[in-house]
Amino acid sequence: MNAREIRELFPILNQEVNGNPLVYLDSAATSQKPVQVIEALDKYYREYNSNVHRGVHTLGTRATDGYEGAREKVRKFINAKSIQEVIFTRGTTTSLNTVAASYGRANLSEGDEIVISYMEHHSNIIPWQQVAKATGATLKYLPLQGDGSISLEDAKNTITTNTKIVSVMQVSNVLGVINPVKEIARIAHENGAIMVVDGAQSAPHLNVDVQDLDCDFFAFSSHKMCGPTGIGVLYGKKHLLEQMEPVEFGGEMIDFVGLYESTWKELPWKFEGGTPIIAGAIGLGAAIDFLNEVGMEHLEAHEHKLAAYAMEKMSTVEGLTIYGPKDASNRAGVVTFNLEDVHPHDVATVLDAEGIAVRAGHHCAQPLMKWLNVSATARASFYLYNTEDDIDKLVAGLVKTKEYFSDVF
Amino acid sequence: MSFNNLDTLYRQVIMDHYKNPRNKGILEEDGSLTINMNNPTCGDRIQLTMKVEDGKVSDAKFEGEGCSISMSSASMMTQAIKGRTVEDAIKLSKIFSDMMLGKEYDEEDLDLGDIEALQGVAKFPARIKCATLAWKAMEKGLNEDSQ
Repeated sequence: MNAREIRELFPILNQEVNGNPLVYLDSAATSQKPVQVIEALDKYYREYNSNVHRGVHTLGTRATDGYEGAREKVRKFINAKSIQEVIFTRGTTTSLNTVAASYGRANLSEGDEIVISYMEHHSNIIPWQQVAKATGATLKYLPLQGDGSISLEDAKNTITTNTKIVSVMQVSNVLGVINPVKEIARIAHENGAIMVVDGAQSAPHLNVDVQDLDCDFFAFSSHKMCGPTGIGVLYGKKHLLEQMEPVEFGGEMIDFVGLYESTWKELPWKFEGGTPIIAGAIGLGAAIDFLNEVGMEHLEAHEHKLAAYAMEKMSTVEGLTIYGPKDASNRAGVVTFNLEDVHPHDVATVLDAEGIAVRAGHHCAQPLMKWLNVSATARASFYLYNTEDDIDKLVAGLVKTKEYFSDVF
Repeated sequence: MSFNNLDTLYRQVIMDHYKNPRNKGILEEDGSLTINMNNPTCGDRIQLTMKVEDGKVSDAKFEGEGCSISMSSASMMTQAIKGRTVEDAIKLSKIFSDMMLGKEYDEEDLDLGDIEALQGVAKFPARIKCATLAWKAMEKGLNEDSQ
């Protein structure tokens, strides 16, 4: 399928915004959904909505099959060894919080170190700040190179034998840079630490193989990869998940409940308290089927091409600064920029008048904004349904923005 | 929406306040009120300092970072409240809030001056928070001071 054929499968893209055809360049915030996913959700609610793991009745069995079938699809998608290592959560934030609250609190004490990087999303910063405060552990930051990338030399110097947890994003939601998490995992393991990977921006865009990365935990969200909102995944190595306590307690996750003591179900269900996100999981399963049909290699190549094209075309706009590595081959489809003398909110408002959706603000990465020495930036992000034509429109919109603001001043 | 509609947002007077902000700085005097406020969704921030004497806002200055709408609104706000009674300053803030919600507002005897240029923001829901940041800071500072 080429990008135009793919685009046809996303009904939302076929509309006008402010009198112009919609150009959606905010997929790093959330991706749009193909008909396959919308229909899977619709079908579930119309035909077999029922609670899972308890009903003896037919609908209950169908819902359970759908929900557990989705888990198997996720397992294959990230190449986990077993479905016991695939936990459904509310999203990347919940996944990372689960690791911090369960593994972190149980395994950290004073003198221990947690290592994260300057480019992390708030959801991979604050859970570690909180667990550091609670346990007396020290939170350390991996510095960034001038272009915003992480050097393995710095990783070797920052990660020590006192480090117990290293947590780094695989792809930056701001810089677009692809981080060498496999190599960082090796350094973490050499020092006796575990490796957590925030895969929110990588699972939708790259072929992820958790066994090859040899990470201990991997977190990602469905809504950034064509699936519904409200569901995500925590992958964890079985031997670690087995020794961890659940974070939420209640229905679904129990084995036996007494008056004063209870025991938990086996993996992965001990981490899934309460009625799970059944429709969400089924929707995520449909999204994975769709991505597999397109082919992750094809998708990755398409995005590299778009990133390279965008960086080339955008650099022709006078006064435009692009953040992050200049080499598009080490980038996913995210281009963050600022236009001289125009605040990113104003850029986004003018582009919106042209039907072009971009993100403006700090992108949930305030420490990175500080490192870049800016208060906010604008960001265009691409996915499988974007085309070079979208980028041409963005560039034309940016030229207009510049003209507009030089006129009104 | 065409660029003509954008002109209802980016009025000349707004751009003038953005490029040449009035009352930029920090009041260092003893007894000045200091209010820091952020817009956590977008990173805009303002530090507002005000001096209240005999029930009147005798001086106000602001420092901050943000877009044209938030910074021009801060500039206009400080200009509008200087010399007003605390009561009138808070009343003005209510009028401004109604203006942003696109409601009919009661001008009464308060001269809105440049502030009326911000009326167009009401048509851009995503930008209302930018315009109201400085006003919220002002209202918070004066309300806390009078308690």
